[in-house]
Amino acid sequence: MATAVQTVERENYLNSNYGIKSWLLTTDHKRIAVLYLISITAMFWLGGFFAMMIRLELLTPAGDLVSSDTYNKLFTMHGIIMVFFFLIPAVPAVIGNFVVPLMVGAKDMAFPRVNLLSWYLYMAGAITALTAMVTGGVDTGWTFYTPFSTTYSNTHVIGAAIGIFIAGFSSILTGLNFIVTIHRMRAPGLTWRRLPLFCWSNYAAAIIMVLGTPVIAITLLLVALERAFHIGIFDPRLGGDPILFQHLFWFYSHPAVYLMILPGMGVISEIVACFSRKRVFGYEFVALASIAIAVFGFLVWAHHMFVAGISVYAALVFSLLSYLVAIPSAVKVFNWTATMYKGSISYNTPMLYAFGFIGLFTVGGLTGIFLASLGIDVHVHDTYFVIAHFHYVMVGGGVMAYMAGLHFWWPKMTGKMYPEAWAKLSALLVFVGFNTTFFPQFILGYMGSPRRYHAYPPEFQVLNVLSTAGASILAVGYVLPMIYFLWSLRYGKDAGPNPWNATGLEWMTSSPPPTHNFDETPVVTWEAYDYEHQPQEEITVGH
Amino acid sequence: MATSDIGDIQVAERALQHHFADMEQQRDTSSFGMWMFLLTEIMFFGGLFCAYLVYRASYYHAFVEGSQKMNITLGATNTAVLICSSLTMALGVRAAQMGKPKLMVILLLITIVFGFGFLGIKAVEYHEHWVNHEFPGPSFHFETGDPAHPATDPQHTEIYFSLYWAMTGLHALHMVIGIGLVAWLVIAGLMGAYTPHYYNPVENVGLYWHFVDLVWIYLFPMLYLISKKHGG
Amino acid sequence: MAEHKEETGSVGHIAPAKLYVAIWAILMALTLTTVLVSMVDIGPMNVVVALVIATIKGTLVVLFFMHLRYSPKLTMATVIAAMFWLFLLLSLTMTDYLTRAWSTSPGH
Repeated sequence: MATAVQTVERENYLNSNYGIKSWLLTTDHKRIAVLYLISITAMFWLGGFFAMMIRLELLTPAGDLVSSDTYNKLFTMHGIIMVFFFLIPAVPAVIGNFVVPLMVGAKDMAFPRVNLLSWYLYMAGAITALTAMVTGGVDTGWTFYTPFSTTYSNTHVIGAAIGIFIAGFSSILTGLNFIVTIHRMRAPGLTWRRLPLFCWSNYAAAIIMVLGTPVIAITLLLVALERAFHIGIFDPRLGGDPILFQHLFWFYSHPAVYLMILPGMGVISEIVACFSRKRVFGYEFVALASIAIAVFGFLVWAHHMFVAGISVYAALVFSLLSYLVAIPSAVKVFNWTATMYKGSISYNTPMLYAFGFIGLFTVGGLTGIFLASLGIDVHVHDTYFVIAHFHYVMVGGGVMAYMAGLHFWWPKMTGKMYPEAWAKLSALLVFVGFNTTFFPQFILGYMGSPRRYHAYPPEFQVLNVLSTAGASILAVGYVLPMIYFLWSLRYGKDAGPNPWNATGLEWMTSSPPPTHNFDETPVVTWEAYDYEHQPQEEITVGH
Repeated sequence: MATSDIGDIQVAERALQHHFADMEQQRDTSSFGMWMFLLTEIMFFGGLFCAYLVYRASYYHAFVEGSQKMNITLGATNTAVLICSSLTMALGVRAAQMGKPKLMVILLLITIVFGFGFLGIKAVEYHEHWVNHEFPGPSFHFETGDPAHPATDPQHTEIYFSLYWAMTGLHALHMVIGIGLVAWLVIAGLMGAYTPHYYNPVENVGLYWHFVDLVWIYLFPMLYLISKKHGG
Repeated sequence: MAEHKEETGSVGHIAPAKLYVAIWAILMALTLTTVLVSMVDIGPMNVVVALVIATIKGTLVVLFFMHLRYSPKLTMATVIAAMFWLFLLLSLTMTDYLTRAWSTSPGH
């Protein structure tokens, strides 16, 4: 099998030079993606550790494992880490950074040094936030609602807010880089209508990054200033309006939910087309649906505030506008299933995750419509129903897509195949574990169990135990890939340039790609997902 | 002329980064990147504008009383200073485009002088407000200065001053950064970094400078000129 | 890369210096105008005039000093997007504040 030619290692981005400096000062988008992969994985485990502590506390009705104060800090730190330091950067900064320049046939991102700066800002923000957590923690919830965060909380709010502020600029610069790269760096012939959907969805996510993130940056800065100088912009005792904070916060943080899911939707589009051997059904609609989700996402933020004291008329407007988002989301789900219809489907791990994504995202999205309805929201607001809903979207959607993409492009990133059988097992564990964890929380919430308490009435114990058991399965499902990905670096089979026989420019260069991505600039003369004309080989590595 | 042209092109070739096909792509890309950055800046200030709009709509009289304390002469002078600095900046970019590095350096130095002039006048105003306890926080104390019309709503006037300090402070911070960037252009310009074939940094810093001017053009009427009519 | 050499001489549009000076003069005149108008009490029109003048000034700065007039359409799209999103932030927030009084005072 391995001929002499293959054993002579081709120069690639991993072996072109060595040493810690060549990594910390790199401007190569592929190395920066690897830096992000390592740091984001660390944050994922930290956030996951806090989640496990929460679930262990909730194993029994009494608050016996941790005090209520500690519990408040646990769910706050879980939220801050998972939202700002894992979910928002995960797909764009790791997979997008690696794949988008390859997909558009460019040598690098438009601003390589800015790209490296983004990573440093991410690290600076993470270290600042972690310092605040280590030295005492934060207990405001990840939402930093005023006036609790500005006046009453005795924890390290300023440190955490500044950490998120800094990480926000990392996100802004990443988004800026994506938009400029996709506009200006496309290879000859790669028109917008030929652009892979992953690029479209990253573009849509980047719109949210550049337009939304600055608003939360200034808002958190105001919270920090208010805490430090008692200036009273949000403090009702000083004449301010705490609801204004919620407006400004959710102007970013609601679109940010779409920012977490949109790049994942792009991953799913790539995978569904590849493993169905078909062009994505209604390509233009799926592409434009991404943009529509990004734009509509900015029109709906106050549906988080229905019971906060906003006017009923505004609530009515925001409730109606919220339903708009269902349209492009449904377009995507229908088009993915239509793509699979009569396709020749192969059940490789990325596709299994994609199935999981489509199902779980649909549940998460539909329960979102419940919550956008004024009457139902009043009933289930601040209950476990909300928790279950957004975990279905963020974990069932966002993390599933991240795992799908990681498996799909791992051969491209490392040149090695992961062990398929183990990967399928872990995909199954993640799916089962996830549903066992979070489906009971829908019922808990419907029955009225409020969120953010470390103790609960005994009648809720059965469902809580089920949920904690599911979390343990989920944890195993996440630990396994960590092990076999590392294992594959040394023992994995060589992937070759295109193990999935996929279309797309990233598969036309070697794995791992050379530092300059392509030996000569590719010229695109074909449509995206042209699987009809792709040689009909079996996918060689499937078992 | 021909030899200097070749020299210019060599400078430009050195400035071409490896991942761009040619200078035109690099120039358009860097300019677009700068505009995208300014877009994020608009949203950054936008959060403050939103807070201003909400409170001004809710507590109009408190805002009027607060704005009476503004020194319109100094504010208008500062507006004029910034407009002048924008002119010298625009002419400086033009000099760079036309390949007149010495003229560019002179114009940029004048821009820096205007920039410091703005900050100096702003400092005088800040000092006045500080002395009069018009800085939000525990020491805040507000009086209209007219015994016939005592302050009607000092609590919300404090919000006016919170926003005044936050908005002008953030703007002043941008001015400081802008002066630093222009100083960097001056140094690089003296070392002959820019030619008609390569002047992206000059153009981009120019965009930034004009943007900061633009923000002030809105801040001035919003904070100083709310209404001459007495709030009482 | 040799074939690109001739193309590297791309120079952006150079506007005449007179134009810049003319724009400067208009901006200065408008600044004076806005101060003078603010001295006269014309009720709610004060704020309208002030904002209209500021917007004219801003437009002149963006179009000429920032070269938007001579820039690609993409730049124009960026500016429009910024204004549109700022409008969304301000207007949708105000839908709440402007309608709060409606429900609390049914008598009106």
